[in-house]
Formats: sequence, C-alpha cells, structure tokens
Amino acid sequence: MMKYSQKVIEHFMNPRNVGELPDADVKATEGSMACGDMVTLWLKVNPKTLVIEKITFKSYGCASNIATCSVLTEMVKGKTLEEAKKITFKQLVDELEGLPLIKFHCAVLAVDTLKSAIRLYEEQHGLVKELVVDEHLIRSRLRRVLHPNWGKDIITLRMVKGFKLKDGVIELDLVFKKDDPFKDHVLEELDEKLGHLPGYKLKLNIREADKLVNLRLEQERLQNE
Amino acid sequence: MERKIIYLDNAQSTRLDDRVLEAMKPYFFEYYGLPTTEVGHSLGVKLREDIYMARKKIAESINAETEELIFTSGATEANNIAIQGFLRANPEKRHVITSPIEHSSVLALLKLMEKNGLVELSIVNVDEKGRVDLDHLNELIRKDTALVSIQHANQEIGTIQNIEEIGKICHDNGVVFHTDAAQSFLKVPIDVKRMNIDMMSITAHKIHGPKGIGALYIRKDIDVLPLIEGPFAEFGKRPGTENVPAIIGFAKAVEIWDWNDVERMKEMRDYLIKHLLEIEDSQLNGAKGDQRLCNNVNISFKYIEGEAALLHLDFRGIIVTTGSACFSRTLEPSYIILALGKKHEDAHGSIRFSLSKYNTMDELPYVVESVKDVVTRLREISPIAKDGEEDV
Repeated sequence: MMKYSQKVIEHFMNPRNVGELPDADVKATEGSMACGDMVTLWLKVNPKTLVIEKITFKSYGCASNIATCSVLTEMVKGKTLEEAKKITFKQLVDELEGLPLIKFHCAVLAVDTLKSAIRLYEEQHGLVKELVVDEHLIRSRLRRVLHPNWGKDIITLRMVKGFKLKDGVIELDLVFKKDDPFKDHVLEELDEKLGHLPGYKLKLNIREADKLVNLRLEQERLQNE
Repeated sequence: MERKIIYLDNAQSTRLDDRVLEAMKPYFFEYYGLPTTEVGHSLGVKLREDIYMARKKIAESINAETEELIFTSGATEANNIAIQGFLRANPEKRHVITSPIEHSSVLALLKLMEKNGLVELSIVNVDEKGRVDLDHLNELIRKDTALVSIQHANQEIGTIQNIEEIGKICHDNGVVFHTDAAQSFLKVPIDVKRMNIDMMSITAHKIHGPKGIGALYIRKDIDVLPLIEGPFAEFGKRPGTENVPAIIGFAKAVEIWDWNDVERMKEMRDYLIKHLLEIEDSQLNGAKGDQRLCNNVNISFKYIEGEAALLHLDFRGIIVTTGSACFSRTLEPSYIILALGKKHEDAHGSIRFSLSKYNTMDELPYVVESVKDVVTRLREISPIAKDGEEDV
C-alpha cells in the first residue's frame, strides 16, 4: 500500500460531503473512467453573496482521490467563488498533510473539477466574459500538468522548451527523458487540459533526450527556495 | 489489537513451511561451508552430496535428469538465462515468439532485446481467457525461429496454457520451447518429457520454500551460456556461490508438497468465485475449471477502482492485489487484463485473490462479506455507479 498520511486515511475511510446534492446549482465532472480517476462535484451557491453554501462529491478513483475530494469540500464550503478559485493543488496537498508524489495528480484533478464547476456557474449566471486563449491561460494550464515521478509540473521541470500560439494552433515543443514510463500519462493530461479548447488545435513536437539536465538537482533547488 | 491477517497474495509469495526452515537451519550453523569436488574436505564432500540429493529430488518432481537442473536466484533469473543464455549460445537464429501476458522477466526482456536489435520478436495472439491461439503460433513460426517462450500459467489471471500442444508445435518445427512455470510448479503436474518442454523456470518461494532460490531445467542437449562470469558452478551455466541453505529448503518444500492441498485450494477457489460473482456487475478474468490455477481468483468489479478496494480490505485484515493503474509504479493498468481485449476500467477494477494451503474454508465467508461491503461502499460514492445518471 502507498504511504498515506493519517489525514488521507481518515478522509478515505470516512469521506465527508459524499453524494448528489439535490438542490445544486451546478455540477461538473472531470477525469475519465479509462484513466482510472473521475470526480463529480455539486455546488450550491448563494446568488447574492456568491458564497458556496454547499458542496458534495462523488469519486471513482484510488484512496487519495477520494480523500482529496473530501478535504476539498471542507476547504471550499463557506468560501466565495473568487476565494475558491484561488485554491491550488499545492494547498490541497498541504491540507492533506502530504501525498505521495505519484498521487499529486489526484489533487490537480479535484481542483480542476472545482474550477470547472465555478466556471460553469459563472457562465450560467452571466458572470463571465469570453474565455481568452492567451499565453497566460496556456501557461496556467501547463502548470497543472504534473509529471508523476516528481509531482511537479512540466514547466517547473523544464520539459516545455518552446511555445507558439498562432492561427488557432497551440504549438508546444516538449522534451521527455528517453524511455520515460510516464510519457503517455503526461500526454493524456496535456490533451485533457489543452486539447479541447474551442477553436484551437494542439500541436506537439516531442523529442527525447538521454537525460534531462540536472532534473533532480533542479527539483532540490526548488524545494530549498 | 491483534488482528488475524487473511493473506490472499500467495501468487506473489507464500509463507515458509516450518519444516523447510528446520531443514535449512543446520546449513547455517553446522554445515556452513561450500560444496567441493569429490576429493575435497569432508564438509565440502558432504555438501556436494546434499546438493546432489536436493537437485535430484527437484528434478524427479518434473521427470528431469538430475544434471538437467541448474539453481538460480529465482524464476526471473531462470527466465533470463533461458532466453539470453540460449540466444547467445545459438546465435544463428534470431526470431523469438512469446505471448502478450508473460511475466516482465520474459516480456520486458524480449521487448528490450528487440529494441536493441538482438532479436526479431513476434507476439502470439491470446483469446479473452488468455489462452494462446495455437493456429496463430503455427503461422508465426519461421525458418529462423530460435525460441518460443510461453508461460505455463499466468500470474495474474491463472489461465493454464496447453503446454504439451505448444511444445509439440515447436518440436514439429524444430524450435526450442521454454516455459515459465513459476506459478504452476507443483500446482499442475509437470512432466517435461511428456509435455515437450526444453527449458523451464521454477521458483521455491511460491510453494512455501525460501525466497532467493529457483531453478532452470535445461534439456541436456541444449546449450546456454552464462550471463555472468565467475567461478565454475552449476555445470558452468551459472557461476557464483551456491545458496546452500536455500537449495536444501527448496528441495524440502518439494519433498513435503501434498497434492491434497491442491484439491483443497480448488474448493476454496471455486467457493470464492461463486460467491464473489454474486456481486452485481462483476466478471471473472481468466479461464475456468481445469484451465485455471488451483489458487487463483481474479475478478473485475465495475464502477470501482482497485486501489481503494485494496486499502479498505487491508484495513479489514485481508491482503489482496489489483491490476489498477493507481496501484502500479507507472500509473499503467494491468497489461495482462488489457491483452485479453478488456477495457481500462476492467483492469482498474480487477482484484486478485490468491490462495495457499494455509488458507482455510472458514476464512472465506468473511472475505466474501467484506468484499461485498467494500464494493457497495465504493459504488455509493462512485459517479459512474449504475444507479447514478452520470454520462461517461
């Protein structure tokens, strides 16, 4: 079994806020059965204060998936939409008293589902302008594509070597370590986050390197910062 | 609080039999030397004889000659010697055939060798139960086929191959046949001569013997080269210090094996299959009856993910394993379940229960109850449970 914190185990065994919310204003699902993790969130929002009054979840996934959702619902309840939007997967990991690096993507999935739900609510209530696909949006999404080996995003790991946004094409130059066992996993995550933006196509130029220069040192450096 | 553990991961490894430990003990404290030639000191000569007797006992259990068995560190090493050692000794042919559900010490090795240009690799089709397509095997064999390596029984889904027929096809075409019998040794009777086996890997720790010892049967007219260099041992095919206590323990485990336990395991297996399949939306992975290992149960439960189920069962003292991606080192679902033509979610929701002689029938109602409860619990919180309306 993975080495999980007491808090993860406790939430896994006794998950809070589980099940459909009959009076929900909005519901969002992210992930897929094929990937092995999938999350649905229901939100009840006060239309005047924009406070999330109720939030529930259902989860198809591993223990950390269930625990992250449970903890997220506790963190989010009582927050305004704007406050909730600012929750990062790192905060969620901290709240869980840590996760194995290989399970960080569970926290990303939970946070992404929350963002989708909020976005949907805003769209339905005329609170949002058109989605602007720009460098900022792409960068923020790339920041949420993690490499399971390090639990860090592919920008931090310097796997994104180049980036172009032109004529409806998002073009990324990526470098993977030779024989990286997580390559397909990372590509799936990329497709999920950037492959379906309306009006945009994702083009990937992938090359393999014998080794990624000082990847571990880089990671340690970042940890020490 | 002391809680009894119900260990159902015996396909991975088993509890040592106390009698095996007793047999091994003197070889740590009294006879701690190494075997010598027949003209060595008295301790070395005694050990030489003891190892000969151990080798003989194990060889006889598969109807092999004593000199046809070499000791290795386990089945992984035996598989590596059988494939790499054989191909090095026989460099004129480069084509190898294997199945998509082999242990990684065969499949990953061969894929790596293919990538490095050392072999040309063909993968024979298996059906939805994991049985090798014999006609396809026949078609794949070429003039330059050096070796066919197909396991006797599968580690994850327990399907037993028709080894005798596979061996016959190989021999009719002049091809050498290796089988990985790590899972089936002493669970299915094996006669290497009758079953047309040229090389076979076995291991001790899955039959209540010690870890770190296995053996490779190599028919006497087949050449293999050692993978490592060092002092002469194991007829020059596997240099290094003999693991004397483990060899003695391996032979003891073989000697005390009781085939009645196999029948008992079959009853327990069938009880588990029958009652676990009472759970809605569950399906058995692998073959049934005589085509299935006596100790293997592997079931996919729809709408749940195996790692969460495993953890819940662990808290209830039940040790199992799963083919879920979340449980694997690389986040990939079981390649074996996928090779049967099943979906990713069938792999994520698969749980393997593997029995040994130390399990008892009275443990099983608790196991069934616990699995039912855990599956129900996880389905209640799953967004894709049947009664939910979630679109997938």
